[in-house]
Amino acid sequence: MDDRIRDVLDQHGRLGVDVGKLDDRADLYEAGLTSHASVNVMLGLEDAFDIEFPERLLRKSTFASVDSIRSALAELSVQ
Amino acid sequence: MGLVSNVRTAVRVGVDVMAVGEVQRSIDAFGDRYLTRVFTEHELACTAGDDATRARGLAARFAAKEATLKVLHTQDAQPDWRSIEVRRTAGGWCEIKLSGRAADLAHQQAISDLDVSMSHEGSTAVAVVVAACAEQRGSEL
Repeated sequence: MDDRIRDVLDQHGRLGVDVGKLDDRADLYEAGLTSHASVNVMLGLEDAFDIEFPERLLRKSTFASVDSIRSALAELSVQ
Repeated sequence: MGLVSNVRTAVRVGVDVMAVGEVQRSIDAFGDRYLTRVFTEHELACTAGDDATRARGLAARFAAKEATLKVLHTQDAQPDWRSIEVRRTAGGWCEIKLSGRAADLAHQQAISDLDVSMSHEGSTAVAVVVAACAEQRGSEL
């Protein structure tokens, strides 16, 4: 799952750092993730995992790190 | 000497800039899914035109939504982007209309009036939002 999360971040996150070298708990907003880019990351994750994020998960903290994204996907029963 | 609570009107200001190219990139990548998750039917109708016209108009509106979030002091909350709507009035100027969670946040903070100004030049769009906010204050007699 982590590789696909990082692929989405690499493709849509517009981060100023190498996604492959980011720690799982690194703050993506500090790494350059903007609000607008987080929309693209959300849409990219929905495509990659064939899900739709419910409103309760649409919080800044959901997309704050690889760890938090993994937790949100687990909540949506993504393996 | 005692405390008497009164209400004063405070002003909050939010500003945001948006790269027009980022909006176009999102449209290219996600098409209608991006457009309909972020913008309302009214906003899409107001920005109809060729690709460049649409991207400029939507970038300015996204900046207005983000500037509004700053005014609302949202912290971790992320209201549906469509719950912050830029409405074009009959007179030609634009206003902010809130609904859903964004309206709840405004109500909780006694924000009564929002005003917006947007502009774009070349590859960049910008928006400023000003809000009137009633604040409870204690004053000594």
